[in-house]
Amino acid sequence: MTPPNTILKTTPDIAVTVAPETPQKTVPPASPTGSRYLGTPGAGTSRTISTVTVALVLALWWSATHFGWIKPLFLPSPELTFKAFVDAIHGNTQGQTPLLNHVLVSLARVFCAFFLAVLTAVPLGIAMGTSRIVRGIFDPLIEFYRPLPPLAYLPLIVIWLGIDEGAKVTLIYLACAAPLAMAAQAGVRGVAIEQINAAYALGGSRWQIITLVILPAALPEILTGMRIAIGFGWTTLVAAEMVAASVGLGQMVLNASNFLRTDIVIMGIIIIGVLAYLFDTLMRQAERRLTPWKGKM
Amino acid sequence: MLEIERVTVEFRPKKGPPKVALQDVNLTIRPGEFVVALGASGCGKTTLLNTVAGFLPPTSGQIRLAGAPVLGPGRERGVVFQQHALMPWLSVVGNVEFGLRLQGLPRGERRRIALECLDKVGLSHAADQPVYELSGGMQQRVGVARAIATSPDVMLLDEPLGALDAFTRESVQEILLDIWRDSARMFFFITHDVEEALFLSTRLLIMAPQPGRIVHEFDVPFSRRFAQSHNARAVKAAPEFIEMREHILDLVRHTSSGSVQ
Repeated sequence: MTPPNTILKTTPDIAVTVAPETPQKTVPPASPTGSRYLGTPGAGTSRTISTVTVALVLALWWSATHFGWIKPLFLPSPELTFKAFVDAIHGNTQGQTPLLNHVLVSLARVFCAFFLAVLTAVPLGIAMGTSRIVRGIFDPLIEFYRPLPPLAYLPLIVIWLGIDEGAKVTLIYLACAAPLAMAAQAGVRGVAIEQINAAYALGGSRWQIITLVILPAALPEILTGMRIAIGFGWTTLVAAEMVAASVGLGQMVLNASNFLRTDIVIMGIIIIGVLAYLFDTLMRQAERRLTPWKGKM
Repeated sequence: MLEIERVTVEFRPKKGPPKVALQDVNLTIRPGEFVVALGASGCGKTTLLNTVAGFLPPTSGQIRLAGAPVLGPGRERGVVFQQHALMPWLSVVGNVEFGLRLQGLPRGERRRIALECLDKVGLSHAADQPVYELSGGMQQRVGVARAIATSPDVMLLDEPLGALDAFTRESVQEILLDIWRDSARMFFFITHDVEEALFLSTRLLIMAPQPGRIVHEFDVPFSRRFAQSHNARAVKAAPEFIEMREHILDLVRHTSSGSVQ
């Protein structure tokens, strides 16, 4: 039996026991277990969790190949894929084209088509939103071709435009244009009538109201549309490079699949994914810069 | 002079009989008058303001400003909206000078005028702030500054203070009366708040619904009284003010309950 006073007696003198104060970041109080406070649904950062997810997938990939769960023909190991990447940089693949060329040519096709689509489809969408006549003409056309898979009309485009760059850029352009036009139109529809009336009451002309009120008010939707459109652009890249391409990421993947080079296929997929992700990150930053009021008014 | 002559507005829904939002409204507003329309929702006050602003064509009747018929919106009629309707992509001063920019005034000139107007609503210090960071009361003051920047002959205000708390509301009321006193403008103001109507108006209209129409008209002395004393509490606490407030509350209650039957 220990006497009740032992602990007090062994406590050292006051001066020693003060813990150093560490500055703390302000973190919302952790909800106690079993709490029913929801707050804003999904509030808080998810970056750590995402990092863990990626790490887990990579670890699973590594184990699956390393312990022989899956044959290398179906899923090559991360090391083999990385080797294919290094080889491709030096052009040691079928076709002897260095990886950088594939990347640059594909980037040129996607962005050329994307910028053409922004330059034409955004004004078209705004015109559709502001004019009954323009909407009447273009709505059925866009609504008809928008849900079609690009592979379905690819043969037609090849027959009409040949097998040059024109056909490839056109295919990607069509994939980008529809979501852009729809986003711009939706943006116009979403402009508050009070904002338009306010500008009319201040003496604005129809053209001034379109350029100085409707266009900036629709900008958040247009930027979202641009993110969706470039996504469609990447999706269509492989289809566009199916016909008579000798260089390009999509061509590289297709060609490798003909030779059952799954390592190159996976490497190509990862490169396309990373490029698309990087561009989307840029676009999100542009959104924050250009439309800081989004969700605040 | 603003003349509203036998204005009727009918809305025709796809199904059912046409709805008469305004019937045979006659009203003349002279320079220097502060006319307030008071009524419960559905009595056509916003419809009346929208026809005067030129956002809505009357089904029949005519509106004339200085003898010329109103055929659409125009910058001689400034509008302050219920929801401020500011442009969030522009700064405070950018919003105020927006109307002058539409007229093509040079940058320095329009900025000078915009800063003057911001000073009148007590917001010069916030000129370069983004509007979406302002409080509701400040946003509504920016809306007022924007409307006076183009020096309109008529100010049309559609329940501009409805969403503000009582303290902010009173300070914006005082700002409005200061702007009114310093110019020979015509003010047409809509509210469902009896005290606000009495405090601001030189003439008070009581409107009733189904069909929307003006049922009573009063001359009101309190805004002129405030212009002299500049003491809002004293004006609103005067026995005469309270008596008139109760009388008008009674009237509004009767007009809206009578129309339900």
